[in-house]
Order: sequence, then C-alpha cells, then structure tokens
Amino acid sequence: MKVKVISRSTDEFTRERSQDLQRVFRNFDPSLRSQEKAVEYVRALNAAKLDKIFARPFIGAMDGHRDSIKCMAKNPNYLKAIFSGSDDGDIRLWDMASRRTVCQFPGHQGAVQGLTVSTDGSILVSCGSDCTVRLWNVSDANLADSDNLSDNSAKPQAVYVWKNAFRAVDHQWDGDLFATAGAQVDIWNHNRSQPVNTFDWGSDTTISIRFNPGEPNILATSANDRSITLYDLRMSSPARKVIMRTKTNSIAWNPMEPMNFTAANEDCNCYSYDARKLEEAKCVHKDHVSAVMDIDFSPTGREFVTGSYDRTVRIFQYNGGHSREIYHTKRMQRVFCVKYSCDASYVISGSDDTNLRLWKAKASEQLGVVLPRERKKHEYLEAVKNRYKHLPEVKRIVRHRHLPKPVYKAANLRRTMIEAERRKEQRRKAHSAPGSIVTEPVRKRRIIKEVE
Amino acid sequence: MQIINNMAAFWNSFDSEISGCDCLGDSHLRQAPGDSIASVPYISVTMAAKKENSDDEVDEKVKKYLRGEAANLEGVKDKKLKGQLAVREDLYGKSAKTAAKIEKWLLPSEGGYLEAEGIEKTWRIKQESIAREVDILSSRNQYDIVLPELGPYTLDFTSNGRYMAAAGRKGHLAIVDMKTLNLIKEIQVRETVRDVAYLHNELFFAAAQKKYPYIYNREGTELHCLKEHGPVLRLQFLKNHFLLASINKFGQLRYQDVTMGEMIGNFRTGLGRTDVMQVNPFNGVVALGHSSGTVTMWKPTSSVPLVKMLCHPGPVSSLAFHPNGHLMATSGRENKIKIWDLRKFEVIQTLPCHAKTLNFSQKGLLAAGTGSFIQILADFSGSQNYSSYMTHSMAKGYQVGKVLFRPYEDILGIGHSMGWSSILIPGSGEPNFDSWVANPFETSKQRREKEVHSLLDKLPPETIMLDPTKVGTVRVPQKKEKPTKKDVEAEMEAAIETAKDTEFKKKTKGRNKPSKRAKKRREMIDKAKRPFLEQQTQEHETSRKKQKTNPETEMPKSLQRFVRQKAT
Repeated sequence: MKVKVISRSTDEFTRERSQDLQRVFRNFDPSLRSQEKAVEYVRALNAAKLDKIFARPFIGAMDGHRDSIKCMAKNPNYLKAIFSGSDDGDIRLWDMASRRTVCQFPGHQGAVQGLTVSTDGSILVSCGSDCTVRLWNVSDANLADSDNLSDNSAKPQAVYVWKNAFRAVDHQWDGDLFATAGAQVDIWNHNRSQPVNTFDWGSDTTISIRFNPGEPNILATSANDRSITLYDLRMSSPARKVIMRTKTNSIAWNPMEPMNFTAANEDCNCYSYDARKLEEAKCVHKDHVSAVMDIDFSPTGREFVTGSYDRTVRIFQYNGGHSREIYHTKRMQRVFCVKYSCDASYVISGSDDTNLRLWKAKASEQLGVVLPRERKKHEYLEAVKNRYKHLPEVKRIVRHRHLPKPVYKAANLRRTMIEAERRKEQRRKAHSAPGSIVTEPVRKRRIIKEVE
Repeated sequence: MQIINNMAAFWNSFDSEISGCDCLGDSHLRQAPGDSIASVPYISVTMAAKKENSDDEVDEKVKKYLRGEAANLEGVKDKKLKGQLAVREDLYGKSAKTAAKIEKWLLPSEGGYLEAEGIEKTWRIKQESIAREVDILSSRNQYDIVLPELGPYTLDFTSNGRYMAAAGRKGHLAIVDMKTLNLIKEIQVRETVRDVAYLHNELFFAAAQKKYPYIYNREGTELHCLKEHGPVLRLQFLKNHFLLASINKFGQLRYQDVTMGEMIGNFRTGLGRTDVMQVNPFNGVVALGHSSGTVTMWKPTSSVPLVKMLCHPGPVSSLAFHPNGHLMATSGRENKIKIWDLRKFEVIQTLPCHAKTLNFSQKGLLAAGTGSFIQILADFSGSQNYSSYMTHSMAKGYQVGKVLFRPYEDILGIGHSMGWSSILIPGSGEPNFDSWVANPFETSKQRREKEVHSLLDKLPPETIMLDPTKVGTVRVPQKKEKPTKKDVEAEMEAAIETAKDTEFKKKTKGRNKPSKRAKKRREMIDKAKRPFLEQQTQEHETSRKKQKTNPETEMPKSLQRFVRQKAT
C-alpha cells in the first residue's frame, strides 16, 4: 500500500526571523476563487470612485503677465521651463516647479505673436505684430543662472525687421532654419537678416505654421482663406493645399506618427489628417462648443490637448472622437494657447486672463516618487476599470464631468441642432428615390476641395 | 560525485519544455548513482512519448486557466476594435500558458494519494494501517474526542482550515486550533445549540441556539443576539458577500449582512420545516432540501426560489455541493445518493448508498455518513463516475451527525453523538494554498489586512445568480414573443420589490399610525400587482372562452355520426 498525506512543516511556510519578509505562496487555480467576475466588477466600481475622489488636476497658476497670453514655447532640452509671450510684448521664461518667472525678455513693441525654441535649446525666436523677428540666447548657462528671480532681463542676440507683421513662427526640428507666417511664408536662417526663401500661394494671411518632426523639410500652414497648405522646402513651390469650410487656427503634427497631423478648426472640431491623403480626414474630434484655438500633441503621440475659445481645455485621444478629459476654472477665460509638457505628465494653458495654468495630464495621478507596489496597484485599478467601463454603473461614474453652465447649455444646443439636421436628412432620404441622396461622411463633408 | 555532477549538468541543459524529467531524474540520481549512466538511454528513449503526454497535460491546464473559450473575432467589423481584441486575446493566451507552467513546476507541495497493491482494495484499508505508514505529524491528526454527555456534535472549519468550532447539542461550544490541537476557548451556553458557523475569520462565529442565533467572539463573549431570525435550525455563511443565511423552524429563510447588520432578505419558503441547507460556493446560492423531496435554490433578492427540482420520492436527508459548482449530491430516505449536473439539472449518477450527511472535499471526494459508518467516494477517471474509495466504521453507538472535510488538509472531521473524530483521507485536500485566498499560516497582521481587503471587495447581494460568469456580459435582447410565465412572475416580483422600497412621508400630529402605514404599504404592493393580475384574468377569460365552445358541440353518442368533422 502506498500512502501519502499532505503534511506541511511549519518552517517551510513561515519566516525564520522577524527581520525577514513574510512568505507568500501563490496558486492561480481558478477553482480556489469563486465569483471572480463579480469581484472584479466591485473593484472596478471602487476604482472609478477612487479616481473621482483623487481627481485634482489643477496644480497652480503662473501669474505675472499684464496682458493676455497669445503664445508659448517649450525648450526640448530643459523640462522645467516654459516661455510665454503676451499682447504687450512681454516674453517671460517660467520655472514650472516654483511657478515663478526666471527671466524676462523685453523688447517687442507690439503683441508677441509667435515663440519658438531651436531644437538644441540655445536660441529663442520670437515674432510680433511690430514686423520684427528677435533671436534670444537661452542656452543652459543662462537658464541655470536664476538666483535673482525678479527682473532678470536679457538682451536680444539679433533683431530682424521685415515688411509685414508676423502671425506665427516655428523652428525646424533638425536644422537651423525657422519659418514665419504672415502675409506670406518666409524661411529664415539664424545668421541672415533677411529671409532665405519665400512662399506665397493665395492672397490671404497665413496664421499658423508647423514643421514636421520626422521630415525636417516639410511644414504645414493654415491661412485665412480656410486652407491648410503643405510646403516642401526642397522644392521652390508649395506642395498641396486642402480647402475646408472654416478656418483652421492651429496645426500639430503627431510626433510618433509624423505623417499625421491634427488641425484645430474654427467650427469647434479638430480634424486629423494623413498628410499623404488629404481628400478625407482620418478622424473628427468633436467636443468643444466654440472655436478651437490651439492644439499640441503629447510626446507619446497618443493624446493631444486643445484649448478653445469656450474657456475650456480638453484632452483627446489621438484616434478618439470625443475628449477623455475637460479642464475649466471660473477664472480661466478664453484659452489661446496650450502645450503638453515634454514628459507627458502636465498640460500648460495660457489664456486671456493673463495667467498660465499648470494642470496634470491624468487628473488622479499621484505625483512624486511612486513606489513599485503603488504603481502596480494603480496599473491594476486602471486595467480593471477599463475592463468594466462599459457597464452602466461604472460608466456613469467614469464619464461624469462637471461642465460650466454656459458650456453645458451650448453643448445641448449643438446636439439638438445636429440631431435636427440629421433627422431631416434621413427623412429626405426616406422619401426620395433610393440612391438619389448620398450622405457624405463627416470626415469628407467639411472639406471643399484639394488642390495640388 | 563526478558522475552525479555530470548528470546534473546533463539535466540542466534540457529545455524547460521537456517534462517528466524531475521525478525521473531526481529519483534516479538519489537511488543508484552507480547505475545512472546505464539509465540514461532508458530515459532518452521514453522522452518522446513523455513529451506528447505532457503537451496534452499542459493543454488541459491551459484550458482551465483560460476560463472559457476565446472570443470569435470573425464577425467583428470594426477594425480598430478587432485589433484591440486580438491583442487582448493574445495576452490572455500567454498568461494562461504561464499559469499552466507555474502549476507544473513551481508549486511547493504535492497532493496525497492512496494506492492499493496487488489484490488489496482501497476501501478495505483501515485508518490504523494508514497511521502506521505516514509521518508522526499526520498520524497525530487521527483521533477521537469522546464527550458522551453533551450531545451530538456539529463542526465548522474556518476557510483556511486552521480553526474548528465544535458545538454539542446540550450547549457546549468549543474553538480548537487544529495546527497545535490547542483548545482556545470553550463555553457552556446551557441551551440547545443546533448549529455553528464561522463568519469571515476565526474571530467570530455564530451559534444557532434554542430561541435565537447568537454571534460570539473568539474569547467566548456574546457579541450579538439575532432576534429576528427566530429558532434557527441551520446557519450558513456566504464568504464573498458577508451574508449569514439561516433557516428556522417555521421554514423561513433569512439573509443578514454581518458587516452592517442589515437584514437583506426574509422569505417564507412555504415548504415547511427543513434542516437541510447548503451554500453553493461557486455562485453563492443557498439550496434547501425539503421533506417533499424537492430541492429549492434561493438568492437574497427574490422571494421566489430560482430553481425548484424534485430530487427524491421522500424527504431529502442531505445535500452537498462540489467546489466547482457544477455537481450536487443529494440523498434521500430511500437509500440512494444522486449526483446531479447543475448546468442541465440532470442526474448523472445514482449510488445505492445510505447517507444522512454528505460533504465534498476540495479535490472532489464525496464523504457520505450514516449510522456509524462513513464511506468516501471518488471519481478516479475524472468523468464524474463516483465509486467507493475508502470506508471507516466507528464503534457501534456512535451516530454520525456531520462530516466535514478540512480545507487544505487530507483530513475528514466527523461530528457524532459521542463527540468528534478526525480521520485521514489521502488525496482529499488541495496541497497548494494561495496566501491571498486562504493562508493556514496566517499571522494576526495578515489576518487584519485580509479582513480589510475582503471588506473592500464585498460583493453586493445582487451578484448572486445561477451563472456567475454572466456578470459583465451583454444580455441578449429577447425576440418579441409572448413572455413566458417565469418572466411574468419575475417581472411581478421586481415590481413588488420596487413597491416595497418606496419611502413614505412621515406624517405628524397623530396621523402616523402604524396600522395606517401598514395599510398604505399593502395598497402600494397591490397597486404594483394589479396590472399583472389583470393580465392573468384576461388570459383566463380567453382560454375559458376557447374551452366553452368545445363542450357545446359535444353531442350525445347516438348523434355523433351527424357531427360535422371540423378540421383540427
């Protein structure tokens, strides 16, 4: 007869000394656990509730400007700093950790319309409505030297005067050219006081400009004639143009997928395009109730932040039709510029009320050093919440956001109007010969034509 | 030593996929170092055959960890969704494979077994011969505690198998630490105690005494007296929901939440007095066996049983659930044990065995006790065909009251009329425990943490359903057919529940009389019931009208040939 009975010796299963960790034994057999799905559901519900309890996205406001902030720039080499330019010609460098001005760059006579930093972080280029382009030296030595917090002013390295007022400026990602937008698109070199090249297509002013992060010679601009134009610097003429129904206020390229860009439009939507195929938008991002003023992608390429004229800042997923988060404050007025910080954790918004505001990109994220166990727990809660976020109770909590009353009412109004349009279209279709009325998808509807 | 070192290097160079090496290699190394070189060709020849078997084993294990079928992505038209689901399915496959590998290689203990040699049969082997073969620690677990004057004893174990509560009918309550066989506390309540049940850990237990059930502390302090339950015959605790279920002398089933003390449900079963009650650990439904031979299954949110099945021609004497939730064993007075498949509610097997008490072990062994004889049945092939595995007969005069397997050990606890006993049943317990589920070596700090975590994960009573995997799935919209009687009943139940839940305005100035309140409540419930009853009467009338036409055409027999034949 062969017999064996379970016998566990206590020393194998308990710790030897009190300094040791307690021993943990795992058996992943599902028969030891009952009602796993219900337990997961309860955990998802609790995770959604905890998320809402810990959702405090607003970190602080940076106060100092005396007029509305129209443009911002981030230094790719220095994480803590951000440049901002306002309507009275004041350019400031802020330290985000202490939320104070490190350095001021006075000089512009009128509004500062555009700011950009070169990729090596040494030159800040600013352009304004006083027809000048100013270059400032902002290398690391200058920034680290911030012992005197107030009134550290710097002198510009170079001032170039040109014919017309400028509306926007952007620096090439991998070179020493920068482009300005105004009556026409000018390409400048750091050392030349005159533009190296000029592009002019159409008679309207160009209001925004962006270089492609992947291909250093391609840039996208948007103009007052409701068009988005792509230029290639190696050719002497512009490449392609797409005309939409409403004007595009700003463009941002996806840093992880450089052939895609997203345009922030005046008709409250953002349109994502594939630059190779401009006849149809890839995705339409709808949620704002007023014109979208600025857009910036996260360095992960998975999310982008938009600031709109309706006093809110929204964060969208790169392929999502609706926003995942909305930030608003009673004191924040029209948002004119937004930036996603280079470590993908923060969002900075500059608005009409002369303040720059710092927000967390994930509203309930724990800042600071997170222990490995805490991180694992956060990841688990996030995963289990995403698994059950379609169930009604969890969805109600996850989706809930407080909207300011004007935004809520405007959104309802928009919804009614769009529903009414849709219903009329459906009835027309139902009462006419099949196939005579063709509905265009929204992605195509807003585009008038594409021009070579 | 050189040979053995070479052998070790030889084994280490094999891929981890190849199985069966450990038991072969190690045993060969230890038993006969001189023969190891000669045994190498033997091992390598059988390696191919072993590998195929091991693949099947691993596949089966992977299936178990996959928890169901992989989703069919053919019909998904949305490309984005299809891509996301494909990635997720891939991850599930990987995690199931890793879990299967862990089960194979990394679990610390192996299960028990009893194998008979030659013409010996396992059911003839006595406990004394087992005690001689096993180690001292295990043989200590075989004992009889004789307490003849305090009545038949019932037992309950905590979920980690460490503590046992024993209750004698004449009022003796005892808590024993099974690891050290230490009596922690014993009290004499001087009243009839019919049942005892542990709550979520060893600190609290409930005893069903003469008039009401009481909840006691580990110190023996009486914490609560549950007056609403009345004279309870059986208590059961639902672990995940923190619900104490009780059935009393009048056939009333009650559910009470022990965290907040809220009474969740109070149902009149309508089938009379019964003391056969079990909880299905898989889905949390409570099953009652009645004297009419029916077994009813209940959930706390409906006053109508979920299932009513006729199991035996006479009264049901006991009931037991397999831990996987698919098997139920019932026994009746006609000396038969029936094994039911709960997915189809069909009998799988009928065994000609008398059982006054039944219990399933963690590994699926079934213990049936009657008189002073206990029989253990096991299904060896895994095909749910139970046959006799072991037997144990106690001294005549010891009437078995309750058999209960101890979790995570190969031990069966028997509560009988002269005290309690414990015998060894190799292969009945789960050898590898999970510290986060139940830890027999728990320290007090771990116990406190576990209590907090399980309170955070407390399931609401609405999650109790016959198929617990349905949580989170999409309910398929029914075709617009006439709703079945069950659906109509369920709807009526739901309407009644909502009507009961309505809050009434508290009236002042002497208008808030209890009789008026009760009348208002009854009115609300009748109002909720009215549309359903109207529908029922309408249906009755239409069916009656249909029936009325037939008798009119019934002619006397002599005139039948003149009746016009209607096309039926």
